[in-house]
Amino acid sequence: MAANTRDIRRRIKSVKNTAQITKAMQMVAASKMRKAQQAAIASRPYAEELSRLLRPFIDMLGDEDRAPHPLMDSREVKRELVLVLSTDKGLCGALNTNLFRELSQFDPAKTDFVCVGRKGAQFLVRSKCSVIAEFDLKDNFSFHHAQTVAKFCMEEYMKGKVDRITVAYSDFVNTLTQIPSTRIVAPVHSFDLGATALDGKNDETSGAKITPPDVTEYLLEPNKDTLLDELLPHFVFFKIYHLVLESRASEHSARMVAMKNATDNAKQIIKDLTLEYNKIRQASITTEILEIATAQMVLS
Amino acid sequence: MATVRLEIITPEAVAYRDDVDMVLLPAELGEMGVYPMHVPLITKIMPGELVVTKGAEKARIAIGEGFAEITQTNIRVLADMAIEEAQIDEEAAEKAVERAQERLRQGSLGDEEVAMVNVILAKSLAQLKVKRRR
Repeated sequence: MAANTRDIRRRIKSVKNTAQITKAMQMVAASKMRKAQQAAIASRPYAEELSRLLRPFIDMLGDEDRAPHPLMDSREVKRELVLVLSTDKGLCGALNTNLFRELSQFDPAKTDFVCVGRKGAQFLVRSKCSVIAEFDLKDNFSFHHAQTVAKFCMEEYMKGKVDRITVAYSDFVNTLTQIPSTRIVAPVHSFDLGATALDGKNDETSGAKITPPDVTEYLLEPNKDTLLDELLPHFVFFKIYHLVLESRASEHSARMVAMKNATDNAKQIIKDLTLEYNKIRQASITTEILEIATAQMVLS
Repeated sequence: MATVRLEIITPEAVAYRDDVDMVLLPAELGEMGVYPMHVPLITKIMPGELVVTKGAEKARIAIGEGFAEITQTNIRVLADMAIEEAQIDEEAAEKAVERAQERLRQGSLGDEEVAMVNVILAKSLAQLKVKRRR
């Protein structure tokens, strides 16, 4: 009996510690989440504007037989590069698992993977996929980091090793919902300009975005090729950067929710254990009283 | 008098949005003054100083690399940096310039890093240029 209550007391204590840790992690995730969400949202006007800027070039494309830039040239897809944006750390619920399930649509024999985030790399190596590069997802992932990643992918594309670049990431909808998604970033097409990097999440602005610009004829300075040379890679860089921001927002949201659930569970367990403990204690007191009473009755 | 709507957008925020009389842009082929009803044009812009004229006032903004889309009624500038004169931290920019120059002098950097340091250098110099004008 005494051993049993002691066991329960010990378990209550350990669960309490766990709850404290998960609570702290929840707080950390919440503050990171706010920052990540703000960054993701703040970069949306830029992404929109960049897509708009590319539209005149795409329109001009119609009356030429040859793609003006390799990044606009859609080749037959013999080999594909998939950039997987996962997380570095776990404890974020089913976020990574869902993302990896999404990856099963790619044929491992025809796909090269590039990973951002350690979890993705671990998973892909375990499932024996060809991982050609791996990048760390640092906490202060800047545009420059994204550029390094994007440059690597684009070099593969330009060398003709791969014919398409797809990004697999967790699309941030809101704190409770993250959808594993894929998006093609190269070659650049007109059809992915409209909803680029935004997915029409804010419908009011996306409505305005779809209307074609009032002017279709632009003077281009210094000239079309130079501008395309600058604009297209920048577009791909930024798109990848934006998607990283989105998946970061998803990661921290998912982690916060997972930690909140863990804290709630721990509290429930503490409650149950406390009840159990009190019951046992009460039972032992009752037995003792009973024994005393019986002893007295026998004596009298 | 007609005005033109200027918007400066960076990845972090919409840095500037106002109706203005004239804008001086650091375009790739040299400085470019844009008045309302300008012919539609797309150009690349270099790190430097962007001057906005609105009535009698002039605002100077240090701008990073990017693109500008000009239509008759709108000027949209996409840049990786946009800091108004008052917000520029002269000391920090100076230090950044020194650090960048130092790293370039050491010469132990890869191509990537040189490119990155050069970008930082250009941006910091643009900030100093705006700040030291007075």
